[in-house]
Amino acid sequence: MIESQVNIRSIGEMEEEIVSEFTVFDEWLDKYEYLIELGKELESIDESDKTDDNLIRGCQSRVWLVCRSSGGRLWFGADSDAVITKGIISLLLKVYNGQKYDDIIASDFSFIERIGLKENLSPTRANGLLSMIKQIKAYALAYKEKETQQ
Amino acid sequence: MLFRPKTKVCLVLLQVMDIIEQIREEFPALHQQVWGKPLIYLDNAATAQRHRKVLELQELMSSRINANIHRALHKLSADATDLYEAGREAVRNFIGAESREEIIFTSGATSALNLIAFSLVRSHLTAGDKVLVCEAEHHSNIVPWQLACEVSGVSLEVLSVEESGEISLERLRELLEKDDRIRILSVNHISNVLGIINPIAEIVRIAHSRGVLVVIDGAQGVVHDKVSVKDLDCDFYVFSGHKIYAPSGIGALYGRRSLLENMPPYMGGGDMVDRVSFGRTTYAPLPLKFEAGTPNFVAAACLKPALEFATAIREDIQVQEHEKSIVSTMVQGLQQIEGLRICGLPQELSLKVPIFSLDIKGVHPADAAQMLDKMGIAVRSGFMCAEPLVSRYSESGLLRVSFAPYNTLSECEIFINKLKLVTDMLK
Repeated sequence: MIESQVNIRSIGEMEEEIVSEFTVFDEWLDKYEYLIELGKELESIDESDKTDDNLIRGCQSRVWLVCRSSGGRLWFGADSDAVITKGIISLLLKVYNGQKYDDIIASDFSFIERIGLKENLSPTRANGLLSMIKQIKAYALAYKEKETQQ
Repeated sequence: MLFRPKTKVCLVLLQVMDIIEQIREEFPALHQQVWGKPLIYLDNAATAQRHRKVLELQELMSSRINANIHRALHKLSADATDLYEAGREAVRNFIGAESREEIIFTSGATSALNLIAFSLVRSHLTAGDKVLVCEAEHHSNIVPWQLACEVSGVSLEVLSVEESGEISLERLRELLEKDDRIRILSVNHISNVLGIINPIAEIVRIAHSRGVLVVIDGAQGVVHDKVSVKDLDCDFYVFSGHKIYAPSGIGALYGRRSLLENMPPYMGGGDMVDRVSFGRTTYAPLPLKFEAGTPNFVAAACLKPALEFATAIREDIQVQEHEKSIVSTMVQGLQQIEGLRICGLPQELSLKVPIFSLDIKGVHPADAAQMLDKMGIAVRSGFMCAEPLVSRYSESGLLRVSFAPYNTLSECEIFINKLKLVTDMLK
């Protein structure tokens, strides 16, 4: 399910909020506990959306991503079979849902590194997250191009 | 509640602990911290750590005896060649082969299996023939055969394993009796997922009684079981160096001499030839016929100290006892975790080696592996390069924990307790 409420706060503001949320965790275990909680709470996407077309294949865990555009902004829905990956997905959705194409294209996703989860975005992790981020950008680029042509 | 094994601390146990501590001292890589925690390395079935003597020889050869083998007349080359050939002699001795001509160096078990698949299918099979592999094979013992089959009109058949992970000899017999086009059987000694010692001697007997050649993937087998290719009477046996305390990039292939002599070379190039002209090229005698190009001579030489260590520990009764206690402690401890299934548990526990692939209900293996890593525990998750077998147990893969003789019982207990903690959090 994709929410369509307009996100009034900018990507930068959302990132800052998450970064400050994470500063309370001294221990990695607490951080992961929180990610797991977020992962469990994240609403699953419809089973019918878990198609091969929407699948981002990582060799360790699988990620599904769907996207919808409205009024120059994008909304994403995503899911994974691994709960920690799902927790990070939940953070990404918080930041990027309802944002404008250009803001998404310009974003560098560095907040993941700032909250100490950089290794999760390493290509060697093969958990699908890096590909998911690339796909989010690809959607923004594709929608922008489509609307410029119209 | 913390898991404590029901082993009595007695004098024997203390002696064993002492020996394991001594072994640990020989492996520098074990003495480090990851993420601020002492490393507990339980991914030995993928790559084992290197023995100190291996590292010393590697350093010595790289810094002092670096010269290409076989070809030159100078001292360094002669020394490098001697060390390389000493590595071959160590392999011959380790797996009980009759002659050095039957030991071919390859870059690992994978390239050894590719060599066999391509050359043997070409020299011994004709279109319509079949190759039989077991369901529990590593991709390295599936894909080379598929590739070789594609170009030769040969097809691949599969021998499925029992629910316990064991090979049914009865089923093998039936398959071979029913289908006389099966000409080669390629099977693992111990699967890297199941950790069960397969009855390879019986398998060879059954296959040979039907005139079927037998290739054995011993990548895990040489680490946990004694091997004598002469007693086994198998036609081929392959293994990798990096799983048995040697460097990566080296492996060995044993082949029956009469077969190797009739097989065409797999790769052409330097050192594998006798005479070369544009009209006709003749090949070098065994084993060089199959060793084209400059081999990884440093790693090959390092097999000697690695295999000497492996021989010493496999003959040590206390180390054997230690391996058994790891197996029983693991089985006992893992069974206390709700929803956990050990994939590959034979009726007879003495056939189980300390390689455990786990399916935990409600827990994705990648999540568990990631959290254990943060605790300093290195394990593996996923399909372990054996997708056909692993998909039978789980669609998201398994969590694999594999021990070496340098792993202590205390590491085993820490692992079980941490796994409990992790599964409770993830469920």
